[in-house]
Amino acid sequence: MSATTIFWIIIAGAIFTYLTRAGGHFVLSRFDRVHPRVEAGLNAVPAAVLTTLVAPAAMEGGPAEIAALVAGAIVSLLGGGVMSIFFSGAAVLIALRHLLG
Amino acid sequence: MSAESLAEPRPSSEFLTGVRESVPIVLAVVPFGLLFGALAVEHGLSLFQAVLMSATIYAGASQMVGIELFNANVAPWVVVLSIVSVNFRHVLYSATIGRYLGHWTPLQRGLGFFFLVDPQFAETERRAETHRPLTFAWYMGVALPVYACWVIETWLGAVFGRFIPDAREFGLDFILPIYFLAMVMSFRKRPLWLAVVGVSAIASIVSYRTIGSPWHVPIGALAGVMLGAAVVPAATEEDRH
Repeated sequence: MSATTIFWIIIAGAIFTYLTRAGGHFVLSRFDRVHPRVEAGLNAVPAAVLTTLVAPAAMEGGPAEIAALVAGAIVSLLGGGVMSIFFSGAAVLIALRHLLG
Repeated sequence: MSAESLAEPRPSSEFLTGVRESVPIVLAVVPFGLLFGALAVEHGLSLFQAVLMSATIYAGASQMVGIELFNANVAPWVVVLSIVSVNFRHVLYSATIGRYLGHWTPLQRGLGFFFLVDPQFAETERRAETHRPLTFAWYMGVALPVYACWVIETWLGAVFGRFIPDAREFGLDFILPIYFLAMVMSFRKRPLWLAVVGVSAIASIVSYRTIGSPWHVPIGALAGVMLGAAVVPAATEEDRH
């Protein structure tokens, strides 16, 4: 991909990203009340989108990668925050990659 | 904590309160800003492109998706669509906090929404719960340090990240899925979370195998969102009234 193409992808991505940040308020302020189904659907967006970024990588991963994700999930269920999940997962990944070669 | 006053708080002290509350966010974001800069250069972006991305798009997860796809042989509009689909959650943030910003001028709202990243949304919701006035000065006090550090860290990561000898040895190539998992887990208190994650995971894996990347992102996301909209939890409706 050429530098010019990448530049315009970044600019377009920035404009549309801004529109998502301003647009929710802009659209919703035109209605008196949000339909519960719309609200429930929007509530599901973070889990739905972010899952699609993890699932294929988990499926393609080997034992070290799977173990790293499992470790991160366990730390989260034990009450760990984003950073402790992140570092425990990364630690397991690095350790197992060295051990398993 | 000082007594509540009906008078509009002084903008300078409101701004400094915001700056103080931004400190934990700034610290938490440091590794990701550095990581993004390093990964961007590793994926073939120039220093300018990496910093431009952080300064204009300003949304970590979608920037990571973007640099993954610049390498893939996909049409430019697909890359833009993928970035936007990852950022679509901001529509919800915008709709939610917009309710507290009625006293802001249109220009303040227009500027404020640019900085509406995940931690900014969380802090704004917390502030609204305290029933203290949600001032523009406070909002920018939180937003500006986080934004400035994100751009500077991207630059630092892009310049010094190449000195990391082996990305695989440090797990950098798989650090994104771990980060995204952490984000998925942080939303687990939401209604239907497990079902949404399950449906999105299956839909994204199937479409990844059949149609291919990056279509697994919008398809998987759509499956989860439709499930969420189809099954409106009774508890949620009661909470709202």
